[in-house]
Amino acid sequence: MKLYREILFPLVAVLAAFVIGGIVVLLIGDSPIQTYRLLIGSAFSWPDGIGYTLFYATPLIFTGLAVAVAFRCGLLNIGAEGQLYIGAFAAAWFGIKFAGASAWILLPVCCLAAILAGAIWGGIPGLLKARFGSHEVINTIMLNFVAIALVSYFTQYHYKTPGDPILETVPIGPGAHIARLGKFIPGLPERIPLNFAFILAILACVFVYVLLWKTKWGYEIRATGANPSAAEYGGISIRKQIILAMSISGGLAGMVGINEVLGYRYRYYDGFSANYGFVGIAVALLGRNHPVGVFLAAILFAILLRGGIFVDAYTIHVSKDIVDMLQGIVIILVALRPDAIFGSLKKLSRAKA
Amino acid sequence: MLELRNISKRFGAVLANDGVSFKVEPGTIHAIVGENGAGKSTAMRIAYGFYTADSGDIVIDGQVRAIRTPHDAIALGIGMVHQHFMLVEPMTVAENIVLGAEPGSAASLDLRKAAEEIRKVSNEFKLSVDPNATIESLSVGQQQRVELLKALYRRAQLLILDEPTAVLTPQEVEEFFAILRGMRDQGKTIVIITHKLSEVLAISDNVTVMRDGRVVGDVKTSATNAAELARMMVGREVLLRVEKPDAKPGGALISLRDFSIAGRDGTKRVDRVSFEVRAGEIVGIAGVEGNGQTELIEALAGLIPGSYVSGSISFEGRDITRLDARARKELGIAHVPEDRHRRGLLLDFSLAENTILGVHYRKPAVTGPGSVFLDQKGIQRRTEQVIRDFDVRPPDPQLPARALSGGNQQKLIIGREFELPPKFLLVSQPTRGVDIGAIEFIHRKIVEMRDAGCGVLLVSAELEEVTALSDRLLVIHNGRVVGEVDPKVTTNEEIGLMMTGGRASTSA
Repeated sequence: MKLYREILFPLVAVLAAFVIGGIVVLLIGDSPIQTYRLLIGSAFSWPDGIGYTLFYATPLIFTGLAVAVAFRCGLLNIGAEGQLYIGAFAAAWFGIKFAGASAWILLPVCCLAAILAGAIWGGIPGLLKARFGSHEVINTIMLNFVAIALVSYFTQYHYKTPGDPILETVPIGPGAHIARLGKFIPGLPERIPLNFAFILAILACVFVYVLLWKTKWGYEIRATGANPSAAEYGGISIRKQIILAMSISGGLAGMVGINEVLGYRYRYYDGFSANYGFVGIAVALLGRNHPVGVFLAAILFAILLRGGIFVDAYTIHVSKDIVDMLQGIVIILVALRPDAIFGSLKKLSRAKA
Repeated sequence: MLELRNISKRFGAVLANDGVSFKVEPGTIHAIVGENGAGKSTAMRIAYGFYTADSGDIVIDGQVRAIRTPHDAIALGIGMVHQHFMLVEPMTVAENIVLGAEPGSAASLDLRKAAEEIRKVSNEFKLSVDPNATIESLSVGQQQRVELLKALYRRAQLLILDEPTAVLTPQEVEEFFAILRGMRDQGKTIVIITHKLSEVLAISDNVTVMRDGRVVGDVKTSATNAAELARMMVGREVLLRVEKPDAKPGGALISLRDFSIAGRDGTKRVDRVSFEVRAGEIVGIAGVEGNGQTELIEALAGLIPGSYVSGSISFEGRDITRLDARARKELGIAHVPEDRHRRGLLLDFSLAENTILGVHYRKPAVTGPGSVFLDQKGIQRRTEQVIRDFDVRPPDPQLPARALSGGNQQKLIIGREFELPPKFLLVSQPTRGVDIGAIEFIHRKIVEMRDAGCGVLLVSAELEEVTALSDRLLVIHNGRVVGEVDPKVTTNEEIGLMMTGGRASTSA
């Protein structure tokens, strides 16, 4: 019953959003069927559709997990955006500084740098909350601005290729590159940037699941989120859990840098994130803060993200802004309390009878 | 005056009211008794328009009426006073009373006129309260009068009172009953929802007994007695008294020396308290709620930061004043908290996950010493054991704690704490909101723990409970232990007087 609701509810929200979106498309003057065929259908072609969709999904899985872990501890991490920038830049920094090092050392170091830098950046608002009681929502939002400006500054003034008109760093050493999956999967060309970070994202889902539901640490995080007073009563230090959960959350967000820097551009590119940190909130919300849900929601949002390009190109009136609109409607619907909706549906059917 | 005809109401899978019918005669005090979850509050909330019935009729003065919202009920002369007061603390009595029914035009609130009217009503019913006092400056008993005035100001003819005496001292209860009798004599009709049988017998003219959503008895109070009412409520014979052999106390287990606790606002909540609890005895603390009991128990459990406490606590000869909650639990100090929803349970977690709260980091909850992985089999075994030993129903370890009745939630918490196993028990309000059957069971378990050599410190707002269970009884007032009495020889009057700071007994 519970599981069935957990699955049914987000599904209904998504379908309802598509119905509403379809009406809007109709009003604008295009065919909803054609628009949706472009928006969704484009994702299922091989190799480009599937390859790119999974590539787009990778950062969303990381940020979705990041938001979910914090949420399970009762915290709203709006700062995944800043954490992923810091993580990405840290990975690039090690990749540039030690460009000559062998892959055996450099690759793990760069990955760890992305995770740790994100963890520290996420841990700061955690520490501030635990120590001074300042609200994590405010602090994570503010730290987003700080993070984005900070990495932009370092890119511009310290690590840019001289004369390059684009705001990006010099390339990282070849030892820091992670392989594209095309290398191993027949039929998947290497030009498609889907890389090992996607496998890491799946492992991160498993990690989060095991951590939260199979270990005493996860029990403590979830207990703190479910009822801090009861957790305290159970001998759990709420302050410690807040710092821990925010650090894990930040680390997961930082892993976006692995996909972006080590697997895709091989350098730090300023302003690379397509709001991954914020879309991650929607992914976690739709995925009910569960790793499996986050994975599926990330795939859905990736489909929309990529499909939007085709909608833009091939329809007459509708633009890819429809993707933002659909996301918005999904979030509004998911944010509604299930009981409220099921209740009013029941009332409606009774009124009709 | 008010009649319920065949009222049914379903919440999900639970049939809260199943064909409920009874009649409240005008000018009487009518008690509705039943265990928690018997449906008495649901029935009265339907009459007040909080819920709408799935089927059945509400008849007021001979006419079937549709009551969809409390507004409809108020318009028909029905008022309700809830167990938890609905008052705005920083606002004055007059402001609270007129809230939602303000006199004057939309632009200008005529508070002077309101105050006048309030004075008139309060004189009529001898409910003396200063209309210009703020709510937060009033005692609980006075706040309750404000709630009554609120209903009377709206010209209520029928007053529904939900567990009105839960927050009052014995003396306040007497005064309150006098007010109710006065109101009845002036023609008001009163419905009082309660689970305290002594009060039913003291105040009501008629009683309706409910069980499992149905009316199981409708009698004149003068024609019944406590034993019969209890039997109707539970559906079997109940032991109303606690039977226990004399205590055989051992050595001192825990002792407090000049122990004080400061509140967040800097005021002293507990003021230089010294006492000890020996192994194998139950020490009770009687007092009006809010006199430091909550803080005392929480501080003993290690839940109040060290910067707020002074003095010392020693346990088995060792100073534990600076130990945190986990360390104290490891020494064998178990804690049944007063508020099971806020402190005691993770309502959305399963029974199994709730059973390991506090021991989740050690065996049997984890696979081995130092392991971080939860041992699902070990947890399952422990949970099944608690469920079996403490008769938790339904016995499904995977059910969320929220799905259990109050009594079963409490049995789960008590089971978890009693099977630690503890040397010393902090027990706060063990039977609050728990049905009679479970109360009997919980009392027996507490006595069993004592007989097994465990020391028990018991706090309860139910005077009868602390006197019946305790071997020694301390009375607390304003954060101070004002005296010790022998529960076997003391009277409610003696304790009641000490509870309000009237006289300090020196029998200790």
